[in-house]
Amino acid sequence: MAYEQMTGAKILIRALIDQGVTDVFGYPGGAILPVYDELHQQNQIRHILVRQEGGAVHGAEGYARSSGQVGVVIVTSGPGATNAVTGLADALMDSVPLVCFSGQVPTHLIGNDAFQECDTTGITRPVTKHNYLVKKTEDLARTIHEAFYVARSGRPGPVLVDLPKDVQLGTGAYMPPEDISHKTYRPVVKGKATDIERAVELMAGAKRPIFYCGGGVINSGPRASELLTRLVRMTGYPTTLTLMGLGAFPASDPQFLGMLGMHGTYEANMAMHDCDVMIAIGSRFDDRVTGRLDAFSPGSKKIHVDIDPSSINKNVMVDIGIVGDVANVLEDMIAAWERRKATPDRRALDDWWQQINAWRARKCLNFLQDPKVIKPQQAIRRLYELTRDRDEVFITTEVGQHQMWAAQHFGFDKPNRWMTSGGLGTMGYGLPSAMGVQLAHPGALVVDIAGEASIMMNIQEMSTIAQYQLPVKVFILNNEYMGMVRQWQELLHGSRYSQSYMASLPDFVKLADAFGGVGLRAERPDQLDDVIREMIETPRCVIADILVDKAENCFPMIPSGAAHNEMLMGPADKAEQPISENGMVLV
Amino acid sequence: MYDSNLVEKHTIAVLVDNEPGVLARVIGLFSGRGYNIESLTVAETDPSCRRSRITIVTSGTPMIIEQIKAQLNRLVPVHKVSDLTVEGEYVDREMALIKVRGKGEHRVEALRIADIFRARVVDSTNESFVFEIVGKTGKLDAFIKLMQALGLVDVARTGVVAIGRGVDAL
Ligand SMILES: Cc1cc2nc3c(=O)[nH]c(=O)nc-3n(C[C@H](O)[C@H](O)[C@H](O)COP(=O)(O)OP(=O)(O)OC[C@H]3O[C@@H](n4cnc5c(N)ncnc54)[C@H](O)[C@@H]3O)c2cc1C
Ligand SMILES: Cc1ncc(C[n+]2csc(CCOP(=O)(O)OP(=O)(O)O)c2C)c(N)n1
Ligand SMILES: [Mg+2]
Repeated sequence: MAYEQMTGAKILIRALIDQGVTDVFGYPGGAILPVYDELHQQNQIRHILVRQEGGAVHGAEGYARSSGQVGVVIVTSGPGATNAVTGLADALMDSVPLVCFSGQVPTHLIGNDAFQECDTTGITRPVTKHNYLVKKTEDLARTIHEAFYVARSGRPGPVLVDLPKDVQLGTGAYMPPEDISHKTYRPVVKGKATDIERAVELMAGAKRPIFYCGGGVINSGPRASELLTRLVRMTGYPTTLTLMGLGAFPASDPQFLGMLGMHGTYEANMAMHDCDVMIAIGSRFDDRVTGRLDAFSPGSKKIHVDIDPSSINKNVMVDIGIVGDVANVLEDMIAAWERRKATPDRRALDDWWQQINAWRARKCLNFLQDPKVIKPQQAIRRLYELTRDRDEVFITTEVGQHQMWAAQHFGFDKPNRWMTSGGLGTMGYGLPSAMGVQLAHPGALVVDIAGEASIMMNIQEMSTIAQYQLPVKVFILNNEYMGMVRQWQELLHGSRYSQSYMASLPDFVKLADAFGGVGLRAERPDQLDDVIREMIETPRCVIADILVDKAENCFPMIPSGAAHNEMLMGPADKAEQPISENGMVLV
Repeated sequence: MYDSNLVEKHTIAVLVDNEPGVLARVIGLFSGRGYNIESLTVAETDPSCRRSRITIVTSGTPMIIEQIKAQLNRLVPVHKVSDLTVEGEYVDREMALIKVRGKGEHRVEALRIADIFRARVVDSTNESFVFEIVGKTGKLDAFIKLMQALGLVDVARTGVVAIGRGVDAL
């Protein structure tokens, strides 16, 4: 065989280059040193040295989600690998393609409780799409190429490759990606023609239709968003997006009803409840979206397009399930729609839009301004308005009220511009993720919309941001509370604010300074615009500490255990509707 | 259609690549997602391509059974998942080794019953027998129950293996 022989560490670098990787996020240690030695002797791959391995994984997530590439992480054995676990779980829940390489003790020591040994493949099995322990250098090239293939194909997800030190140092043959095909894994991407035909027939006959689309549209690539936009406009049907789907259809389009679900808009949730045909595309009927299952859209026929057969009929039984890739299926749906020259029932559709507009007229996202304190919603709105004419704006978030306000009040017209931790809800995601986004898009404006509690979870990455001179902006809605926790305690636990007040917060302006960035603060509404403008114009990393109303709650809200048509619209609603006992146990 | 809350028992055959950790993946899937395992057997069935066959007997509502199959299919080293319970007729068998200790009348009675059940004696001492019995799970259960009164001391069971009837392979 003509394959070139080289060390495992060299094979890894070669494989990364052949996979088109240009950036990796990582942190060295004893068990991965041979790889770091090789990294040092080449210049095709840039290594971003994070400050904690968790930052590396979220960094790779932001990089991947904003660019469509596979994110790559390198960590050492033991604590390096365990620090990566949260990020892997996050990527699994949100379908983010990653490959994580972890060092491991040499094969002859595995199982001996060797220094910095842990059962990395055992620990990460439930939080990865797949993982490998490579036992021979000879298997390494194939395994790495397979890992990239698995990470990006079908429903994307994180894959871990555990690399014992002797495998890195040993010698084996290098095989290029073209020479390798996977034995078993072949996801179905083309939808069944008969099902698509049936689906389009059902759609064409709808009187109260709705498109309910999600992260799968984003996963399928920018073309899927274009096709979705085309189909939606061809049909004239209303469209709602999940938290993960924001940007898959333009927020500025009149057919967009806003996000649905627990903190979705009144019109989106009411339309979901009352529709007669639901077209779910790349969305997974998450509990945050459905509310009480037995009252979820009771009168509708449901179509569900998803690349993962396990997403179909998991929480909600549907009438037509189509397994396939969104872009692929949408193309066929559009063709079928055009072929049958489908003309929806205009009268019925007009009535439906009239009903929707009546719901819209409730203006559920309205909030009361206050001349003395900044309302968090107002801060997001101004950030949106002052940046909306810019080409390249990317938003990441932490987790909490600020995340929901960002989803409600910041409009996304394009996919891949919104990076948030939806499925796992990981506080500390936003800052490292923003760092990853900025690395993938050097010229863009990248803002982490943060809470003061969440930002402390991965604040160390400010140091990485300084090292690589990334002009990331951190926009903190500082309410001095774990606001989302405080809100639930107010609604469910008699306003007993157990451990949700953030005492002894750092001075974020000084903190920015300490990390080599610029610190700004807005305390009153009349300072808000100036701070936002200065933040945008500063060509360096900025922390903008926006002191907002401490008591504001996020509405509208479907309380736990309630249905889509039982939303709380504002503070006045809550006294009348105590949360049911069944609702209390839900998260 | 059907009662969506009715719990059904299904026998599922899974063809997998016999790579390290594959059984842990399958078992972890069942424990992690709260599915039942009534019986699980595994062995390599095609050494030339390192393929193993896992037979799982599980129970759940129709929606859960559908999820179980979809989740099994999602595992990367899985080649094929086949629900024998819904895919036509199949044969299923279990084997058990059963140790009975006793003297006199009890010994005679145990041998008599073993004969009726076509259980074979595979080991014997002055005061014990080990029986080998093959059959459906219910038959093994019945035999074991009868042996309880006759000095049953130890049971080892393989769990169910199953295969479809007719000419087709999995
Ligand atoms: C505090 C908090 C509050 C939240 N509140 C809300 C809320 O009010 N509303 C809301 O919507 N969410 C909310 N979420 C997020 C929620 O938890 C889920 O993460 C989210 O609803 C899931 O979005 P999705 O259905 O689009 O699925 P995703 O998690 O994005 O999954 C994508 C689906 O598409 C499929 N898919 C992937 N790639 C493809 C492809 N190429 N082709 C076809 N299918 C594909 C996948 O198999 C999967 O089923 C909240 C989260 C937090 C942390
Ligand atoms: C790692 C982690 N721990 C705990 C939680 C639970 N949790 C969800 S939101 C929240 C409070 C977030 O506070 P902050 O960042 O200040 O955001 P706010 O809600 O005030 O906008 C907590 C503790 C979580 N999501 N992630
Ligand atoms: Mg807060």
